[in-house]
Amino acid sequence: MAESLLTLSGVHTHIGHYHILQGVDLVVPRGELTMLLGRNGAGKTTALRTILGLWRASAGTIRFESGNIAQRDTPAIANLGIAYVPESMGIFAGLTVRENLVLAARRGPPDEKRLDWIFRFFPPMKKFWQLPAGLLSGGQKQMLSISRAIIEPRKLVLIDEPTKGLAPAIINNLIEAFAELKQTDTTILMVEQNFHAAKSLGDSVAVMDAGRIVHAGRMADLAADAALQTRLLGLSLEAHQ
Amino acid sequence: MISSLLSKDLPRSRILTAMLAAIFAALALAPFIFPGTRPLDVAAKVCVFVLLVASYDLLLGYTGIVSFAHTMFFGIGGYGIAIALSRMEVGWSAIALGTAAAVALSLVLSFLVGLFSLRVKAIFFAMITLAVASFFAILASQLSDITGGEDGITFKVPELLRPAYRLLEEPFLGVTVGGRFVTYYLVFGTSLLLFLALLRVVNSPFGRVLLAIRENDFRAEALGYRTVIYRTIANCLGAVVATLAGVLYALWLRYTGPNTTLDFGIMIDILLMVVIGGMGTMYGAVIGAAIFVVAQNYLQEAMKAFSEALRGVPLLPDLFHPDRWLLWLGVLFVLSVYYFPHGIVGQLRAGTKK
Amino acid sequence: MKRIDWIPPALLLAIVLGALAMIGSPSTWVTLTVAGLAMGLLIFIMASGLTLVFGLMDVMNFAHGLFIAIGAYVAASTIRLFAGAAGADSFLANLGAIVPAMLAAAAAAGLLGLAFERIIIKPVYGQHLKQILITTGGMIVAEQLIHVFWGPDLLPLPRPATLRGSFLVGDVAIEKFRLIAVVVGLAVFAAMLLLLNRTKIGLLIRAGVENKEMVEAMGYRIRRLFVGVFVAGSALAGLGGALWGMYQESVTVHIGASMMVLIFIVIIIGGLGSIGGCFAGALLVGLVANYVGFLAPKIALGSNILLMVLVLLWRPQGLYPVSKQ
Repeated sequence: MAESLLTLSGVHTHIGHYHILQGVDLVVPRGELTMLLGRNGAGKTTALRTILGLWRASAGTIRFESGNIAQRDTPAIANLGIAYVPESMGIFAGLTVRENLVLAARRGPPDEKRLDWIFRFFPPMKKFWQLPAGLLSGGQKQMLSISRAIIEPRKLVLIDEPTKGLAPAIINNLIEAFAELKQTDTTILMVEQNFHAAKSLGDSVAVMDAGRIVHAGRMADLAADAALQTRLLGLSLEAHQ
Repeated sequence: MISSLLSKDLPRSRILTAMLAAIFAALALAPFIFPGTRPLDVAAKVCVFVLLVASYDLLLGYTGIVSFAHTMFFGIGGYGIAIALSRMEVGWSAIALGTAAAVALSLVLSFLVGLFSLRVKAIFFAMITLAVASFFAILASQLSDITGGEDGITFKVPELLRPAYRLLEEPFLGVTVGGRFVTYYLVFGTSLLLFLALLRVVNSPFGRVLLAIRENDFRAEALGYRTVIYRTIANCLGAVVATLAGVLYALWLRYTGPNTTLDFGIMIDILLMVVIGGMGTMYGAVIGAAIFVVAQNYLQEAMKAFSEALRGVPLLPDLFHPDRWLLWLGVLFVLSVYYFPHGIVGQLRAGTKK
Repeated sequence: MKRIDWIPPALLLAIVLGALAMIGSPSTWVTLTVAGLAMGLLIFIMASGLTLVFGLMDVMNFAHGLFIAIGAYVAASTIRLFAGAAGADSFLANLGAIVPAMLAAAAAAGLLGLAFERIIIKPVYGQHLKQILITTGGMIVAEQLIHVFWGPDLLPLPRPATLRGSFLVGDVAIEKFRLIAVVVGLAVFAAMLLLLNRTKIGLLIRAGVENKEMVEAMGYRIRRLFVGVFVAGSALAGLGGALWGMYQESVTVHIGASMMVLIFIVIIIGGLGSIGGCFAGALLVGLVANYVGFLAPKIALGSNILLMVLVLLWRPQGLYPVSKQ
C-alpha cells in the first residue's frame, strides 16, 4: 500500500449543537483514489468539509503530508494544494466558464497544455468558453466544477458526489475522465453513492456510519464480497446501481 | 398581588427593584414632590417614553426586529388627536375619534409594512421602515393644510384638562388640583396600565413564541409556528401602543409637530433608551427612559460646569460641551451593544446571581 | 438566467422616451434628463460600495451616510485651503481646487472606513441585529465628533465661480455642475466595470458575492477582499459627499443621513448586492424624481417610495437579483 498523503486521527466535528463526526480515523494513500461511502447523514460531506477547514474540527488531528492542518483556515489549507468539488458544485453562475477557470488557477493564467488536456475529456468547456456558467446544463456545471479543481496540478482533490442527479451517459463520461485523472499523480478522496461508479474507480475504500469509519480496505475486496456490502451499506446501494 | 400585576416577571435584582420602586414612586407622586412646571414636564415625558420604549422593546428585544418607523406610529397618534381636536368640536368624542382613527391607520400601515418585508431578513425590514418613516415625515411637513407643516398643530383640550381648570377649590396637600394635575394622572395611569399589559403580553405563551422565533426562526418554523404571522402581530401591537403613547404625549403638550414626534432624532433616542436600559427585559424601558429623559434635561447643566472647568485644555472642553451630551450616550450605547447586551437591567440581574 | 437581462435598461429607455412625449418641450426634457442623470449617477457613486459590501459579507452599514458627510466636510475644508484657485475666474484654476477637494474627501472617507470596519463592524459579522444597532450607534457618535471638530453650524461650501450657472445650447439650459457630476459618475462607473470584468480582483468580488465559501475553498482570503471593498466603497461615498456638498453649496452633519434613504431605496430596487442593479436603480430613481417633479409636483415626494413598491411588486428581489448559493 502506498504511503499516506492525508491522515485523520480521532477527528470530531460539532455543528451547532450537533455532534457530527465522532472520532474519524481515515488514511488516504498517496496517488490513489479513495472512495468514501456510507448512508445519507453518516458524515461523509462533513468529513470533506472538515478536512478543508470549512468546519473546524473540535478535536483530533488532520495530517496532510507532514503538517497538522486541523486548526488552519480554509484558504491556507487550499493553498497547500487541496481542491474541492462540493456537492452543490459551487460554480459562479454569473462568471463565464473562462472566468471560473481563471479564478481557479492560483498561479497565474491557466496553462494552455493543461487546458487542452481538460478540453479533451470535457469538450463542452471549450465550446462554452465564454458562456456564463449559470447557463450550462447540470452535467456541464459538474464538468466545470471538476475542471476548476484540476486546472493546476493538485496534491489532493476532494470530490463530493459528482454523479448525483446526472444522466447515465454523462456519468459514464465523468467516470472516463476520473480514470484519466488517475493516470496523473493526483490523489483523490471521493464521496459517492453510485456503487457502480465507486466500484470501477476506487482503489481503496472507507465506509462511514454515524460519524465514524466502520470499514477501510481495498475497493476490490469490498466489490468482491457481496455479504460485506450488504452488511456495511445495506440495501440503499442496490437502488443506486 | 404585585407579582400577578407584574405577570410573575419580577425584577429579580434587589437594586433593580429599588430603582424601579423609586422611579414608580417619583412618577406616581410627581405633582406632590416636584411642584414646578419643568419637573412635571420631565415626569410626564418619562411616563410617555417608558411606554414608547417598552413597545419598541417588544419588537427589538422580544421579536428581534429593528424598525426605524416607531416614531411614525408615535406621530400618527399625536397627529390623530391634534387634527381631531383642532377640526372638530373640542371634547372627549373628538379625542376618542382621533385616537381610533390613528390606531386604525397605524394598524393598517404596520400590517402592510410587516407583510411586505418581515418575510425577508431583519436588515431588509430595517431599511424599508427607514424609507417609509422618512417618507411619512416629509409628507407631514409638506401637507401643511392638514398637519400644519413644520409649525405643527397647537390645539385645545377638553376643559377638564386645561391648565386654568380647577377641580378642587382648595389646594390638596399644598398642590393645585387642576387641569395639569388631571392630565398628568391621565398620562401616568394610562402609561402604567399599558406597560403592565405589555408585560403580560411578553410573559404570555405568545411572548414565549416570539422569543423562540428570535432565538432560532428556522426551528420555530419547524415546530409549526408561522413566524411571519407572529412577527406581524408583534409589529402591529408595538405600533398600536406607540400610537397611544403619541396620543398621550400630544395631550400633555397640547401640541403636535414634526419635532416632537416624527423627527429621526427621537427614533435614535428610543434606540438609546432601549439598549442602555436593557433589550428584552421590559424593565429596561423604565430604567432607560428615566435615565435618558433626566439626562436630556439635567446632564447638560452638569456638562456645562465640567466643560467650563476644563477651559484652556485643548479639545476637551469641546468634547464636554453641553450640546455634546448625545456623544457620551452614543458611546455608552455602542459599549452596551458589545459588552452588555441586556443593558443596565441585565447587568443588575447578573450581579444578583453571583 | 440570460446573459444580460435587457428588460431594466429597456424600461429606463422607455421612461426617458415616455417623458419626452409627456413633457412635450424637448429643451425642458433635455434639462430634466441631464438633472436626472446627474442625480442618479451621484447616488450611484455613494451607493455602490454599500451594496457590494452587503453582497460580499452580508453586512449592512447603517452608518454609510457618515462617509458622505465626512467627504463633504473635508471637501469644504480643502476648498478653503485652495481659496486662491477656487476664487480665480478660470475653469482650469477652479478644477485645481475641486479636484484636490474630491481626492481629499475620498481619502479621508476611505481612512475612516478602514477604522470603522476594524472597530465597529468586525466584531459583529453575521449578527444582523447587532450590525444594525452598532452601526447606528457608530453614526451617532461620529456625528457628534463632527460637531466637535467642525462646529455645530452649517458650513458653507462655495462652488468656484466658473462652475456656477448653466450652459445654453440653443434654448437648452444645462447646469454646469450637473455636467461635472455626470462626467465623474460615468468615469467611476466605467472604472468599476473595468475593474469588475477585466481584473482578477474584480472576478473575485463578483465570485465572492455569489458564493464566498467557494472563493475561500479556492485559496483566496475573502476578508482582505472585503476590507478593500469596504474602504473603496467608503472612499466613493466620500467623493459623492464632496460633489453633493458642492452642489448644495453648504454642509451639515445630516447631509449623509438624508441621502441614506435614497441610497437604501436604490439598492433595494437594484437588488441587494448587485452593482449593475445599483446603477440601473440609481438612474431610475434620479430620472423619475426629476420627471415627476416637473409633471406632477404634488406626488414628487412619494415618487421614490412608489417606485420602490412597484419594482418590488414586479420583482420582489429587485431588478437584478443576486443568485446566492
